[in-house]
Formats: sequence, C-alpha cells, structure tokens
Amino acid sequence: MENAVVSGHHLETSTGLDNRKLLMWVFLASECLFFGSLIAAYLLYRDRSVVGPYPDDVFDIPFTSVSAFVLLMSSVSMVLALASIQRGDRRGLQVWLFTTAMLGVLFISGQAYEFTEFHHEGLTLDRNLFGTTFFVLTGFHGAHVTVGVLVLLSLFAMTLQGKITQAESLHIELAGLYWHFVDIVWIVIFTLIYLIQP
Amino acid sequence: MATAIGRRRPSLAEALRSAREVAATGHGIWSWLATVDHKRIGILYGFSAFFFFILGGIEALLIRIQLITPESEFLNPDQYNRIFTMHGTTMVFLVVMPLSSAFFNLLVPLMIGARDVAFPRLNAFSYWTFLVGGIFLNASFFTGGNIFQGELGAPDAGWFGYSTLTSTKFSPGHGVDFWVFGLQILGVASLAGGFNFIVTILNMRAPGMSLFRMPLFVWMTLVTSFLIVFAMPVIAVALFELMFDRLFDANFFNPDAGGNPLLWQHMFWLFGHPEVYILILPAMGIVSEILPTFARKPLFGYPFVVFSGLAIGFMSWGVWVHHMYTTGLGTVANAAFGVSTIMIGVPTGVKIFNWMATLWGGSIRLSTALLFAVGFVGMFTIGGLSGITHSMVPSDYQQQDTYYVVAHFHYVLFGGAIFGLFGGAYYWFPKFTGRLMNEGLGQINFWTLLIGFNLTFFPMHMSGLLGMPRRIYTYSEGQGWDLWNMMATIGAFVIACSVSVFIVNLILSLTRGEKSGDDPWDARTLEWSLPSPVPHYNFKEIPQVHALDDFWHRKYTEDEAGRPIPVVAGGSGQDEEHEEHDGHDIHMPSPSYFPLIASLGFPFIATGLIYHTALVPVGAALLLVGLYGWAMEPATEESA
Repeated sequence: MENAVVSGHHLETSTGLDNRKLLMWVFLASECLFFGSLIAAYLLYRDRSVVGPYPDDVFDIPFTSVSAFVLLMSSVSMVLALASIQRGDRRGLQVWLFTTAMLGVLFISGQAYEFTEFHHEGLTLDRNLFGTTFFVLTGFHGAHVTVGVLVLLSLFAMTLQGKITQAESLHIELAGLYWHFVDIVWIVIFTLIYLIQP
Repeated sequence: MATAIGRRRPSLAEALRSAREVAATGHGIWSWLATVDHKRIGILYGFSAFFFFILGGIEALLIRIQLITPESEFLNPDQYNRIFTMHGTTMVFLVVMPLSSAFFNLLVPLMIGARDVAFPRLNAFSYWTFLVGGIFLNASFFTGGNIFQGELGAPDAGWFGYSTLTSTKFSPGHGVDFWVFGLQILGVASLAGGFNFIVTILNMRAPGMSLFRMPLFVWMTLVTSFLIVFAMPVIAVALFELMFDRLFDANFFNPDAGGNPLLWQHMFWLFGHPEVYILILPAMGIVSEILPTFARKPLFGYPFVVFSGLAIGFMSWGVWVHHMYTTGLGTVANAAFGVSTIMIGVPTGVKIFNWMATLWGGSIRLSTALLFAVGFVGMFTIGGLSGITHSMVPSDYQQQDTYYVVAHFHYVLFGGAIFGLFGGAYYWFPKFTGRLMNEGLGQINFWTLLIGFNLTFFPMHMSGLLGMPRRIYTYSEGQGWDLWNMMATIGAFVIACSVSVFIVNLILSLTRGEKSGDDPWDARTLEWSLPSPVPHYNFKEIPQVHALDDFWHRKYTEDEAGRPIPVVAGGSGQDEEHEEHDGHDIHMPSPSYFPLIASLGFPFIATGLIYHTALVPVGAALLLVGLYGWAMEPATEESA
C-alpha cells in the first residue's frame, strides 16, 4: 500500500523484502526486548515474596498445559490459513482464520478463568511480588493475544467481503508473523514460569 | 484526484475523501494537519522541539537564578524539584530527540534518493504522538493547584525517576503519573519513527546507493533508529511497572513487599545509556556532513567513522552500570563495567581524530555551520574526557551526584548535541527555504553561545570537585562554591541572549534572507542536487548513484595530483534534460487525518487512568477509529 506509492505499483525495495514485512520483523525484534524485560523482572523476584500465596499454591499445571496446547494449535491453523490463500483457496482462508481467532479466544478465556481462580485463592496484583510480576507479565501477553484476535477477526471480516485475494496474501502472512511470535512468547513464559519451579 | 461528489447526500467515505482533497491542495492549516510529506513533518518536528527548547531553557534560567547566591529564596524546594525534573525531561525527550527526528525527516529520503519515507502516515503519527505527549507532560504543571501562586503540579522525582522517590508515598499528587504517561506516549512516537527509518534506509535507497555509499548522517540515523527500537521497550516496561505500582498498588519497587528499587535503576540505565547515544549520534552525523563540505575534502576514513558509529551502538548496551557504581553491586561488576566504559571511548576517539583529519589540509571556509561543527568537536572532546574520568570507579565515587557530573553531561549534550544541531540548522536552512541564514548574526550566535556555554558549565567542574551536590535547591556560603555558581548563572543568561539572536536570525532569514540557489555550499550529497526549496515529490527522476558523495563527483573530477577540477558545464546536474517535466504525474501519498486522530487517543487514555476511567474508552475509541480508518483508506488516490 504505502510503498507502492513511492516506487510505482511495481514495488522494488533495496533488500527485496517488502517494506511491511521488514517493519513487522523489526517490530517483533523490539517486542523481544519488551517481553525480555518483563520476564527478567519476574525471574529477579522469584522466591522473593514475603507473604503467600506462592506459585505452588495456585498453579494448576494440567489446566494451563491444555490452554498452552490450544495456543500452539492456533499457530497450526494460522499456517493453514496462509497456505490456503497462497493456493488461492479463499474458503479455506475463511475457515482457518476463524478457527485461529476462536482458538485465541479460547486461550484468553482460559486466562480469564485462571486469573479469577487465583484471585479467589487470595493472589492479587498488590498481594505480593509473585502476584505483581505474574499478573503484569501474563496480562501483557494476554493483551497481545487480544490484539491478535482483533486483527484476525478484522481480516476475517475482510475475507467475507472478498477483499483479500491470492495476490494480497501478505496481509495474512504479517498477521501470522505476529501470531506466531505471541505464541512463542507463551512457550517461553509457560516453560520459565510454570514448568521450571525452583 | 477523485471525480464529482455532489448531487446525492455524500457518504462518510466521500466526506472523508473531500476532506483529503482540501488537505491535498497543499495550502492552509488543514494541509498541515493531514500532511504526510516528510519535509513538512520535519519542519513541524523542528519548530515544536524548538518551542520546547525555549520552555526547557526558561526552566534552566529559573534553576540558575535560584542558585546565583547562597540561601536564595527565589524558589522553594518543592518548586525547585519540579522545575529541575521538567528541565531534564524536556531537554532529553522533547528537545534533543525530536530535533534529531526533524533532521531525520528532512534529510534521510533526500540523501538516499527516495521520494518519501517507507511509511508516510506512520511518520505523521510519530510527529502527532510526540506533540501530544509533550503537551500532556507539560500539562502536569497545572495539576498542583493555583499555578499563579506558584503551586506547581509537575513531576518532582528527577528525569531519572529513581525509585522510591517516585512512589505515591514520597511523591503524592499526579506529577509523576503525568511523567509516566507522558514518557510512555513519547516512547510510542520514538518507536514509530525508529521503525520507519530502519525500513526507509534499508529498503528505499536509490539504485546504486549501496550501504557504503550512504552519507554518514544516514548511517548515524540507522544506528540511532536501532538503538531506539531496542531501548524504548525497556523503558516502556519500567514505566508500566511504575504505573502499576502507583495506580494499582503493585509491588515492583515497594521495599516493604520485598521489591528492589535497584531494579528501576537497572532498567532505566539499560535504556538510559543507549539513550545518550540516541541523543549524540545524530549530531555526530550532522557534523560528519558539515566538515567535508566546508573543508572541500571527503570525510577522512569514511569506513572507520561508520564502523565506529556501529561499535558505539553495540557497546552502548554494555556500560549502564557506570551510572550505578555507588549502589554496591560489588567489585567485579564495577571493574567489568569500568573496562567497558573505557573501551567505548575508543570508537568515540576514532571519530574525533577522523573529524580533525578531515579539516587537515582542507580549503576551509569558516561559515557559521562549520564553526558550530568545530565547536561540537571541541566541546564534545572536553565532555568525553570528563566522561573518561567517570569510568574510573574510585574517581567516580568522589564525583557521584556532584556538579562535576552535571558539567560532564552538559558538555556532551549541549556542547555536543545542541551545537551539532545548531550547525545543522545553519547548514540545511537554505535547502528547505531557498534562503541563506544571515552569516553576521550567525557568527554572533556562535561566539556568544560558545562563551555563554563555557561560562555556564565549566565552573560546574570546579563546584563539583569542591563537593557541591546535584539537585540541591540551595547551599550555605563559605564552601567555596559561591563564585562558580555566580559565573554559571551569568553564563546561562549569555546563552539565553545567544538563543535570542538565533531566533531573530531565523525570522529575518525566513522573511528576507538572501536567495541561496540550489547548492550554496558546493556540497557533496544528493539533497543539494535538488532545487531549493525542495519540491514536494523530491526527485523528478530517481537518481542513479555511482559513488560515495555522488553529487560531488557529478560536479568535479580530479587532475593527476588529486585536485578537484569542475566537470565541463552540462555534465553536472541531473535535471536540465527534464525541463518540461513538472512533476504532476508523480504519485505521492495522499494526506490523511487518521494519524492525528489516532494520536489524540493517547492523552484521553492516560488522563482516564489517572483521574476517571470513563475517559479510557473515549481514548481507546479514538485510537481504534484512527487505526482502522488508516488501515482501510487507500494510501494514494487514483489519479483523475
């Protein structure tokens, strides 16, 4: 869109990479520092809470494993969505985009349920360092998933209007890059925070 | 342009389209509110940042008036804290960074042979978000009660915002909240700019403009943009954590709950040290353009200067603990960071020698721009040397929190960055206005600034070494500090006079400055091959680049002794053969109001979180309308 303006409709860039794709990669690199800082704060404060509840008291590993699995599967459906439109299969694109968005919604719902449960067990943002760092880190991840779901649903609405064609599969590819990144961040969070207990 | 609109009731899309057409005429305030032209955005950045420079300067004068004599009661301690906090925050985030952005915007597309940046609307969004953030931050002054009775509401915890000074316990009121959200909004603006310039520089270069044919300024913009993109998220997280502590009683920096205030310092300086290079590298880029032009020689050791810039960029991530030697991190940490800090002086020193060697043996023309560039090299060297003294841990133990540190960073940020930016203003003013700045006033501007600057900040080395602490609102007499403070205050007013001369020069030159022609300095880089002022489409034909300093080589060839000889007339200039071409068939990005609308969402969200959550949905709605409108509108109108 933007780049087509400047260099005419045959866009050629110095690196050969589309401007929007390069932008997305640089943005994701920046996001690494964002989540890196949040995770660092969590790790620094691990075992420093002066009152409970502590991670052992509240974590429900089987439940969170299931929601992690849901998010992982959403990456698979995202890949299928992109593959569909690259083949020109717009019906497949619709199905898989919607599936991805719904798996994202399912993950968010799981997080909402988890947050509510923790709250019932006395873990709040202001309770202790664990509550503070846990809710802020996973909350920001949840916010990223929510933004991703909004993007996917917007793209889905565009597919219903027939606005996304095989030639414009880049839209889907960009959303996919973001979605996979958010997914990978969750794998890191799930491993470091839920699975590896000191 | 779009076809007929009338007769039926216009739909929203048509109304928007006609609004864009009004903006597309290029005249009037609407065309500026919707502009996506990198040159206009650069001008907006420049003027806004200069306004904040005046504001930050007034704050500096208030500080200096308070300190002119011992036991002064001009300001009370509370006012003093708020004013020095705002002075520092303003000068870093609202002056030097956006002034650098102004130069990025004005110059980068011209220097790489592009018609605009990669994402023109993202560029407009970056500017509006900066402006909104700056106004929001300064609005904090009005939150403390009656401002006319001196009841200020601005943040009072220093530009570094050390925990636990920023806790609600030690800083009640909303000043720090405004600081947190103000910096967060400004961070969004910087990130948007950083992303845009990385993509622009990597992707939008004209054919033949390989990375090692790029002007030094473009290289420094690239390095700075990478630093922004990686440093801003770190401060964003630190600010979010502080926000959660202040507004939602979280415990990140709450020692009672086991929180560690040093976490703030680590995160702040992990951002903050790359930040100082974000402030200085653009000015280094500017100086690296000015010196070769006025010495009529290529930049000495171009690859060395490029690689030194890159090395500084990388190493800036490994020196942050030198801000924290006295926090008790232990001998090993202090020694390691002491070594890395000494090492970062090496690439900086390489650059200084390259600049000197560029001047050596050149046919030097002492214009104002060159004076400022040479002033930069001299003042920055003094600041760099005092910086080396800080890298030594035992020496730093003595200097920590004294005026010696204040002297140091003003030598690099004012003597460095601001001198470089002034030089850039004199150098590129003709390119965008078609007029020269007045040289006589320029010389007065330079010499008064040089004298005022040294009179202000050199004495701070003395008072600092004599033990005068930073950030104190007054001091008792008889400690040997009186003379140095008196000198500094007088110097500050000399600086104020000098800046006034600059303003007069700006107004006079804009209205009746001498016509400059396209290439008044006989310069080397592509922007000087264009008409002054530059047409909105920049290049009629995208240039083919054959060498570093391509424009110079179009004008000059060399004799056997390596002396430049002018190319026979007709061989230079790219445009003669295209006289008939008026640029009307060049598709430029259409103006858009959506970046402005999206930016306006931020202050509503922030005010809502501070005062009343009802405003948050309003801000979120503005943001969403802006972003969706932006995504859905076509970037360019179909041509008629």
